[in-house]
Amino acid sequence: MSSTRQLTIVQLYSRDMNIYGDHGNVLVLKRRAEWHGYSVKVIEYNPGDSFPESVDIIIGGGGQDSGQDKIQADLLKIGPKLHELAEKGTPILVICGLYQLFGKYFKTQDGHIIEGINLLDIRTTAGPERLIGNIVVESDQFGEIIGYENHSGQTFLGAKVKPLGNVIRGAGNNGGDDWEGARYKNIIGSYLHGSLLPKNPHIADWLIEQAAINKFGNFEPQVIDDRFANLAREHAAKRPR
Amino acid sequence: MAKPYSVLMGKAVRYIARLRGGGSALPGLFVETIDRGFVADALADLPYGVVLISGTNGKTTTTKMVVELLESQGLTVFTNRTGSNFSRGVAAALLGEVSARGKLKADIAVLELDEAHAVHFVDRIPPRYSLLLNVMRDQLDRFGEIDTTAKMLQHIAQATTDTIVVNREDPRLTAVAQTLTGTVRYFGLDDKLLALFPNDDELHGNTKEKTQRPAADVLLQSVGDKATFEIDGKSVSTPLQLQGIYNIFNAAAAIALTRAILGDKLDQPSLIAQLANITPAFGRGEKVMIDGQPCELVLVKNPSGFRLSLRSFDPGGYATMIAINDNYADGRDMSWLWDVDFDSLKTHGVSEVSGIRAYDMALRLQYDDVAVTHVNTDLSRALDNFLKSNQDKPKRIYCTYTAMLALRRELAKRTEVEVVS
Repeated sequence: MSSTRQLTIVQLYSRDMNIYGDHGNVLVLKRRAEWHGYSVKVIEYNPGDSFPESVDIIIGGGGQDSGQDKIQADLLKIGPKLHELAEKGTPILVICGLYQLFGKYFKTQDGHIIEGINLLDIRTTAGPERLIGNIVVESDQFGEIIGYENHSGQTFLGAKVKPLGNVIRGAGNNGGDDWEGARYKNIIGSYLHGSLLPKNPHIADWLIEQAAINKFGNFEPQVIDDRFANLAREHAAKRPR
Repeated sequence: MAKPYSVLMGKAVRYIARLRGGGSALPGLFVETIDRGFVADALADLPYGVVLISGTNGKTTTTKMVVELLESQGLTVFTNRTGSNFSRGVAAALLGEVSARGKLKADIAVLELDEAHAVHFVDRIPPRYSLLLNVMRDQLDRFGEIDTTAKMLQHIAQATTDTIVVNREDPRLTAVAQTLTGTVRYFGLDDKLLALFPNDDELHGNTKEKTQRPAADVLLQSVGDKATFEIDGKSVSTPLQLQGIYNIFNAAAAIALTRAILGDKLDQPSLIAQLANITPAFGRGEKVMIDGQPCELVLVKNPSGFRLSLRSFDPGGYATMIAINDNYADGRDMSWLWDVDFDSLKTHGVSEVSGIRAYDMALRLQYDDVAVTHVNTDLSRALDNFLKSNQDKPKRIYCTYTAMLALRRELAKRTEVEVVS
C-alpha cells in the first residue's frame, strides 16, 4: 500500500474543549486508521489558528463553561467552512459541548442565548439537574451504542436531523423523548463519553470509511482484534446507572 | 469544648458500631445529627487552631506528613486519620479522642477534607491555616467542572483567618491567591523540575510560557538519592523514605505549612530528621512483603494522579498489575482512563489487569501498544495469578480506591497487612 494514503484528522479546540476522555476518541480514530493501512496526521485546531486546507475527519469534544466562552467567537468564524465541509460529506463527530454548539443555540439557566453554528437542527436549554450515568442506546445504523453521559443541557431535535438512536437505559438528549444524539449528512452529534469510540469501534470505523471513500473512492478494512472492546461492552452494559 | 451529653451519646453509638464491626463514619453522622455544633465546640479552644488541607491529589500523604512534622516539634495533633475525609468522618474521629467532658487533648487539629465538604465545614469552623495543593480534573461525574473546584478552594482560602499556603506552580491556585487579603505563603519547584510536574492545563495540551511566579518560602530543588529543599533561601538535603517525586513535592508543601504554623518556634533540625523518617500513607506507595519480595500499592483516582504516578515510578525490574473498579467512590465513568498516557509501560508490559472494569483498562492499554499478559475481573484470582507468575520480582499494583480496599483484604490473607475499612 502506498504511503500517500494519508488521512488528516482535525481535533477542534483541543485546548479548551477536551474535558473527559475526548482524547480517547482521537486516539482510537488515529490508531484504527493506521491499523486499516492509512497514515494519519492529527491537527489540533485552537482559536486563532488558520483552518487546515485539507481535512478528512473532524472531531470535537466537551468543555467547561469557561472553555465554551473562549471558543464560541472562533467557532462562529469558522462556521461557514464547517458548513461547506459537512455538505461535502466530511465525517464529523462532536460530543457534548461541541454537539450543543453545532446546533442553533444553547440557552443558559438565566435565559442568555449562546449562538451556535446551526449546522445541526437542534436547540439546547440548560436543565435543572445533571444527567449522569451509564447509558445504552439502540441505533438503526450502528446497533447497540454504549457510553456514559454527564450533561445538564437538554437538547431537542428539529425536523432536519435524525436521532443517533433510541435510549434503552439512561437519559439521552433531554431525558424526555427517549432520543440520544443527532445525525445529519456524515455528522454524528452525541452526549456519550466513556470514551465513545473505544467501546464502539464500529462507529470509529464508519467515520474512517467515509473519509477514505471521500478521498480515495474506496475503503478496504483490515481485521482488527476487538476482543477487549467486546468484553468491555459486555461488562459496561451490566453496570448500574 | 463539646457538650458532655453529645459526647456521651456519640461515644455510646461508637461503642455499639465497633462491636458490630460497622463503618467508621456512622457514629459521626449520629452525633452531628443530635448536635450540629459538636465538631465546632470540640475544636473551639485548640491553642494552635484548625488546619485544613485540600486539593485534588496528595491530601492523605501530605496530611500524614504535616501531622508527623508538627509532632516532631512537640505538638499534640488531632487528625482524621481513617481517611474519611468529610465532616462526619471528622466527628467520628473526634468521638474517639475527646474526654467524657468534651475536652479534646490536642494543641492543633490537622484535617484533610474533600473540597466539596470543606466549603461547608469552613462556614462553621474557620481554619486558622489552610494548604491548597492543586486543582486537577477529578472524577467529573462527582465534582463537576475543574473551575468549580477552584472556586471551592477560593472559598476555603477566604475563610482562613491566619495563613494560606499555596502551590505556586498551579496557575488556578495562584489566581485564587491574588484575590486574597490574608497572608499567603508559597511552596514551589526549581525551574529544572517543572517539566516533571505538568499542571492540569499542560496535561491537556496547553503549554503556555510560564509567567512570573511569586517567591517560594520552600522550594524543591532536586530529587535523587537525597532530596534538596531550599527553605527560606538556604539549601537543606536529606534522604527520604517517601517514594515518588510527587510525594516529595508535597513534602515541600508540608514544610512550608509547618513553618507558617510554628514561626520562630520552629526547630529545623528536628523537622528535617522527622521528614527523613516519614513513610507513605496507606495505599500511596506503601509496601508489603510477599514471598520475600516487596509489593507496592499505588492508589490512582483521576487522570492527573495516574499520570503523575506513572511518571514517579520506574517500571523497570517490576511486575505491574492494574485494578480498576467503577463503584461510586472510584468514579463510574471510565473516560478518565483515556486521559492517561500509558507509553511508559510499553517496554515491560502489564502482567495482570483486574477489577470490575478490567476490560476497559485492557482496551485502553491495547491502544497504547502495551502488552497485557492476563485479564481477570475477579480481584482475588487475579492477585493469586499475579503473585504466582512473578514470584521472584518486586511488584507494583496501581488500583482505584475500592479495588485497593479489596486488594488489602486479599493481601491480609496472605501476609501481614493493616486493614482499614
